[in-house]
Amino acid sequence: MSGLQPSNLALFWAGVIALAIMVYVILDGFDLGVGILFGTTADEAKRVSMMNTIAPFWDGNETWLVIVGAGLFATFPTVYAVFLSAFYIPVLLLLFGLIFRGVAFEFRYRSQRMRWLWDRGFFIGSVLVAFVQGAAVGAMMRGIRVVDGQYVGGSFDWLHPFAVLTGVGLVFGYALLGAAWLVLKSDGALRDWAYARIGWLVAIVFVIIAAAFATVLRVDAGAVAQGHLADRAWGWVFPLLGVAALMAAVWGARARRDALPFACTALFFVAAFLTLGVMFWPYMVPYALTVANAAAPDVSLRFLFYGGVVVLPVVAIYTIGVYWVFRGKVHGGYG
Amino acid sequence: MALDPVILSRIQFAFVISFHIIFPAFTIGLAAWLATIEGARLFTGNTLYRRVFDFWLRVFAVSFGMGVVTGIVMAFQFGTNWSVLAAKTGAIQGPLLGYEGFTAFLLEATFFGVMLLGRERVSPRFYFFACCMVSLGTMFSSFWILANNSWMQVPLGHAIVDGKIIPADWMQIVLGPVQMVRWPHMLFAAFLTTGMCVAATGAWYTLRQVHRDEGRVMLHWGLALVALIIPVQLYFGHLTGLYVLKHQPAKFAAIEARWKNEQPASEVLLGWPDEAEERNLFAITVPRLGSMIASGNWTAAEVGLESFVKEDRPPVVIPFFAFRIMVGMGLVMLAVSWFGNFLRWRGTLETKRWFLWGTFLSFPSGFVAVLTGWFTAEVGRQPWVVYGLLRTRDAVTPSLTTGDVAFSLAGYVLVYAVVYSFGLHYIYCLLRDGPGADAKAGAGLTGATGSRPLAFAGNPDTATGRSARQQP
Ligand code: HDD
Ligand code: HEM
Ligand code: HEM
Repeated sequence: MSGLQPSNLALFWAGVIALAIMVYVILDGFDLGVGILFGTTADEAKRVSMMNTIAPFWDGNETWLVIVGAGLFATFPTVYAVFLSAFYIPVLLLLFGLIFRGVAFEFRYRSQRMRWLWDRGFFIGSVLVAFVQGAAVGAMMRGIRVVDGQYVGGSFDWLHPFAVLTGVGLVFGYALLGAAWLVLKSDGALRDWAYARIGWLVAIVFVIIAAAFATVLRVDAGAVAQGHLADRAWGWVFPLLGVAALMAAVWGARARRDALPFACTALFFVAAFLTLGVMFWPYMVPYALTVANAAAPDVSLRFLFYGGVVVLPVVAIYTIGVYWVFRGKVHGGYG
Repeated sequence: MALDPVILSRIQFAFVISFHIIFPAFTIGLAAWLATIEGARLFTGNTLYRRVFDFWLRVFAVSFGMGVVTGIVMAFQFGTNWSVLAAKTGAIQGPLLGYEGFTAFLLEATFFGVMLLGRERVSPRFYFFACCMVSLGTMFSSFWILANNSWMQVPLGHAIVDGKIIPADWMQIVLGPVQMVRWPHMLFAAFLTTGMCVAATGAWYTLRQVHRDEGRVMLHWGLALVALIIPVQLYFGHLTGLYVLKHQPAKFAAIEARWKNEQPASEVLLGWPDEAEERNLFAITVPRLGSMIASGNWTAAEVGLESFVKEDRPPVVIPFFAFRIMVGMGLVMLAVSWFGNFLRWRGTLETKRWFLWGTFLSFPSGFVAVLTGWFTAEVGRQPWVVYGLLRTRDAVTPSLTTGDVAFSLAGYVLVYAVVYSFGLHYIYCLLRDGPGADAKAGAGLTGATGSRPLAFAGNPDTATGRSARQQP
């Protein structure tokens, strides 16, 4: 096992996984967000257009989650083991949510009678997935109980009011990303509808994030994070950047610049992610497992490295390619 | 048996992997079949092959999609329910399964997209090349999975440091002798599974007198391919049995339901192993055959379960029956395919209705053999999860409660029941309607990408299909 200092390979893989999480959150975030907004309108025409804006992308977006899961198992098996045991129930709900969404997507067009079921599945699935992801982040901020590389807490430790707050926060955060995506990809009534929601969503997200952030800065459970943030004063640029990005998103929506809200919301997510990074580093599972002590031995990391340098760029190029092919506004629908 | 997190986790794992393996077994074979039939078209220029190809491509797309959905669940099982296993052996199993994922992603990102959408955009040769690459991709995918599982069956090339099992020699782990017989056994199993389905579909059309020409192609090709592959498969089955005998004698004894050490050993053909009394009820045995099968002579001594302490013995009933069902399915395939080819030679294949019915009804034989084969291998490995190194009961996530796993298992059963019945219904509709039905759906192609194959299937029978979405 490596000592306190992570090897270069461990750093490389930690970077890859962090990047994959980031990409996943933004990409699947917008299509989950569209799924969440989908449940707030009953207008079939809007619903169809909404689905069309994400049709070519959503499944590829989820690929990044599998990369995160498989990557963690291969390169940080202890993190994989602890994380999935600590979040047994949320992970289960996440998988069910993803399955239901995926299937609803394909099946809603195949039956008239059952459409209500698939529509509800699509909405509830999206909300559920967003909520458990946010709750997991909140629970991580409070710390995970680990002894000898295994999780030792209970099954519902994660379900703390603070985690519920962050869970709800992410539901609105993704909804914001989804609204910004709709603005970017649609026109006419749907775009107006989405524009009208951005201001509200920003306000709610701002309040929840601010409350969560303030809580972490005060309560004991966040002690380590507080220490990190104090030691790394430069880290404050990220929360500030996040606030600026949210304000720019509102301004972009006011000015009706279709691309701005999405770009700014995505930037906001990056800033939030980096803020968490500053608070957690070098912990992968706060405040128990660090990059150095959770990494697989270098023989394993190197073995996978050769595959990774070939495959990951191809997947990235493919992802960009799909977005390029389906660029621009959706008019009739991509089908 | 008391319901504890260990037993429930085992049931859950068996449940989700059994549902998963059905699709890979089918898609590995279908990819190879598509490459074969596309090659035949390229070579002969016969457009009939093109129609057959287009039809199976749809089935492939839907099955592949279901394989991905059920596979995503698998990627998380090790951490949720077997966290000690994951933490202890992750340095070996993680990279192997990681490579499986990489292979699948590469496939989706590249040639699978060409296969689904590129027919008109690339040259016929390149298209054929893409089909071959997709087939190779699925085979490599199964290579990594089998490497992983073979390592769990017979761990090689590892070292134990601080209680963790870490890789010492990747060559041995990836290309060990066990892997080299089990991977072909699995590959041929997949080819046979698909071969039987293709032949059965052909028989079905012939019986219903629809899609005559396509049905003929499927029936003849399917039976011919199965007839060629099945002897090879039986031989690799034999080799697989030899590795079990050498490395896992307790599993071998369980498969044979041999309780006592015997010399010469008899072979139990059928019977009911009574685990409490350690004997077989209603047994039909052949004297001396057991020695012949295991050691190649009529007099050798063979080990029985009594040689192993109780806590190292696997269950007997499941491996015993699962093995026999697998072999039985192999014999069914042998009979159907060889007799079918005899009829082909006589020129009466399409008129013997009873035989067509027989072929049609044997479509599940491959799936049954694959499932029972895995049950033999996995249940026979008990009580170990990594043979000789880690016991199953020590591998389970320590923080799990019975309630957690009961809840998750019930959830999986419920979710899979819904998703599966729709998915299977859907594949059934595709098969029932047969080639050419896609022309009506027309727009089926547009929404699908390599990462979204389910959309490819279009919708032949309701007017609210994808085409309706084109003009909202
Ligand atoms: C012999 C073959 C075989 C076996 C035993 C397994 N798989 Fe599998 N799996 C495949 C053969 C396969 C495949 C042919 O490669 C699939 C089917 C459809 C597909 O996309 O790839 C696949 C898909 C697939 C996916 C989706 C990948 C994607 O997004 O494309 C995952 C995550 C897994 N599998 C994981 C597993 C795990 C963790 C297994 C065991 C415990 C497992 N599979 C057993
Ligand atoms: C690489 C592929 C596979 C791996 C890594 C794997 C690993 C495992 C693990 C971790 C368990 C749970 C612990 C245990 O009970 O031993 C298990 C059990 C089981 N697996 Fe597999 N497995 C694989 C493929 C399969 C496949 C394809 C099947 C097909 C049906 C299968 C059937 C089973 C069954 C029936 C059990 C339960 C056995 C029992 O608990 O008695 N496995 N396997
Ligand atoms: C004479 C015929 C056969 C024999 C003697 C045979 C032998 C075996 C044995 C001993 C195992 C257990 C291996 C282990 O414990 O790891 C096995 C597994 C398996 N068999 Fe067979 N088999 C035969 C036919 C077939 C057929 C016809 C199929 C499918 C079409 C098939 C598919 C499988 C599969 C999927 C497995 C699990 C994977 C593995 O362990 O390699 N087998 N076979």
